Amino acid sequence: MSDATMEPTELRTADGLPLKKALAKSQARAKRRAFLLVAPLFLFVLITFVVPIGQMLLQSVYNDSFSKNAPALGQWFSEHPLGTPIDESAYAALAADLKEMKANRTQGEAGTRINYDVAGTRSLFTSTARKADKLEPPYKEAILDINEGWSDPNLWRAMRSASHPYTIDFYLAALDMTRDKDDNIVSVDETRSIYGTLFMRTAILSLVITVLCMILAFPIAHLLASLPLAKSNLLMIFVLLPFWTSLLVRTTSWMVLLQQQGVLNDIMVWLGIVSDNGRLEMMYNKTGTIVAMTHILLPFMVLPLYSVMRTIPVSYVRAARSLGATSWTAFRRIYLPQTLPGIGAGALLVFILSVGYYITPALVGGADGQLISNMIAFHMQKSLNWSLAAALASLLLGGVIILYWLYDRLVGIDNMKLG
Amino acid sequence: MKKLLILSTALAGFTAAAAQAESVTVLSWGGAYEKSQVEAYNKPFTESTGIDVNMEAADNPATPIKAQVEAGNVSVDVADVEKSDAIRLCDEGLLEPIDPDTDLAAAPDGTPASEDFIDGSFTDCGVANIVWSTVMAYNTSKVDGSPATIADFFDTAKYPGKRGLRKSAKGTLEFALMGAGVPAADVYKELATPEGVDKAFAELDKIKSDVVWWDAGAQPPQLLADGEVVMSTAYNGRIFNAEVAEGQPFKIVWDGQLMDFDFFVIPKGAPNMDAAKAYLKFATETAQLANQAKWISYGPARKSSAPMVGMYQDGKTEMGPHMPTSPDNLTNALVNDSEFWADHDTELSERFNAWLAG
Repeated sequence: MSDATMEPTELRTADGLPLKKALAKSQARAKRRAFLLVAPLFLFVLITFVVPIGQMLLQSVYNDSFSKNAPALGQWFSEHPLGTPIDESAYAALAADLKEMKANRTQGEAGTRINYDVAGTRSLFTSTARKADKLEPPYKEAILDINEGWSDPNLWRAMRSASHPYTIDFYLAALDMTRDKDDNIVSVDETRSIYGTLFMRTAILSLVITVLCMILAFPIAHLLASLPLAKSNLLMIFVLLPFWTSLLVRTTSWMVLLQQQGVLNDIMVWLGIVSDNGRLEMMYNKTGTIVAMTHILLPFMVLPLYSVMRTIPVSYVRAARSLGATSWTAFRRIYLPQTLPGIGAGALLVFILSVGYYITPALVGGADGQLISNMIAFHMQKSLNWSLAAALASLLLGGVIILYWLYDRLVGIDNMKLG
Repeated sequence: MKKLLILSTALAGFTAAAAQAESVTVLSWGGAYEKSQVEAYNKPFTESTGIDVNMEAADNPATPIKAQVEAGNVSVDVADVEKSDAIRLCDEGLLEPIDPDTDLAAAPDGTPASEDFIDGSFTDCGVANIVWSTVMAYNTSKVDGSPATIADFFDTAKYPGKRGLRKSAKGTLEFALMGAGVPAADVYKELATPEGVDKAFAELDKIKSDVVWWDAGAQPPQLLADGEVVMSTAYNGRIFNAEVAEGQPFKIVWDGQLMDFDFFVIPKGAPNMDAAKAYLKFATETAQLANQAKWISYGPARKSSAPMVGMYQDGKTEMGPHMPTSPDNLTNALVNDSEFWADHDTELSERFNAWLAG
């Protein structure tokens, strides 16, 4: 009787556990082990990649150096919309904040933030805060008495926009734009517009460098791939040797070669190709940047090309020739298409590296061979406007991601072979 | 009793050992300048106090200081920064306040520190150690005649050849205005007006195609020695070093020199605060500042140090005339206005960078 009513027997292991549970248990162990194996990489990527880039993105839209030090003004701005006349109550809020800033020694921090927007206002904050303790109502008169500069409507507009820590102002600045006193977005004065030009120049120079690398690397890689192994290994060392040499050493040796009193100019003067007064300018300009960067990035093109070319069977081209193709046709229709994955990988690698290149253009670029990365470094190291540096860097990152997407759409990322 | 004696001896020995292990980390600029600090400040400091000094170098010590204090992970106890950065970092609340009369030593004759330093040597959080200068210098073997004024720097018709200038608005615009004939005393007044800025850029336009731009202080002597430029602006200490120590045919034109201070500051949260204060006090004593001039041609910021400045380490070069603060060199000298640059650096740098890239 019991047999007839029993449910279908659950499968059990020898020690009585349900099979399903046992399976899940053993799989969980495998999963855990797999996760632990990946964990170091995961942590590494998280700590060195995701977090810093996230922070950079945040810094480009978030700057609380004014808002956290001027709570009273923030309150006033939130209660009074744009266009409200700046009256005694606004100045009272300003006075309260200035007193607070003096006590906490934060007037410079707050002033610096406003100074990014309206030049010459930093000292307004520091000098007025120095006398803040003596401020008495009516505040408007008292503050304007210390410095007339406080009546500037553009300054109040800047303080209003900085009273909120989240802002797109740094992106505007990175695109050569600013706001006028009525909060309309306008282009900056022509004498101060720079980043658009530099983004453009970075793109064009990177493209030129990529094409040059491609033209130079193709024959080298082909030679490497078709020579017998012993010889090609020797040649490979020549390709890799500069790769193993310090970047700075390579850049400075180009300086020695190309400068006006350098080796190349000396030889040309000696040979009578140019006169002593007509020495060529090949350094401290765009030419210097292009030459040095092409040389430095060349291995990044040779290596993927070589790895692809080595796998192309020689018999394909021979077959094409035997079927009557000229050597050019055989190259164009048989050989070249098979090298495309290598060209794509090399070009993408070289282009992306050169878009972000910094030290070489800084050393050999002079005035007109500077790239956008040099401006980012300038704001990181000299002007200490990290929010603007972050905005510029984010735009650069965005540009590279768009390019990557375009590449994927046009060529397909699966087609890429990095070696 | 005997036990107590042993115990106290052991304790004393222990504390002595602890003091021995104490150290202070100083962040400075590297090169010949760092060497002068090691010789004049660090070695005697370790000798007299037993505190070790770790010297570190940065391109601009203000940058790591800002990063370290903001990240709350300070490893530097004392930093040597430019005055404008000392003011800026102080305003941003990243530095320890320093009071000249309690934190610094008086002069040997008893003059309190606050009266013994040159004007402009103090901010709320820093004290000047040296006066340095950006000057125009030329290679005598490459230039016909002898340029004598800053205007000659901008006159490529009279003195043909390339020029070296620092790739920054700060410094360069002042030289341009002085080159255009503006007397040193009026430079910052003019530079605060749009017309003055236009005037400076117009002057720079005259030589734009002849300029090789430099970033690091080591570059101008190299460019001059290579013949890559015939004249350059440069830090006076670097030119002095090339001229006297290396025998290069360089000459400094003191007309239109741009003086600036270097400051000692203590970052907020310095790990060895007491040692840092002791170092700061010791290094800015009259004797140490005067002694530094033996190693590099930067002027001591202390008045009482000036008469004690003697010979260069080679034992035959009188340092007096090589000091930016020497009276003969001060006829048309400009002191860098840090307040001006704190206000206008952003705006003028933008315009300068745009001008440069255009």
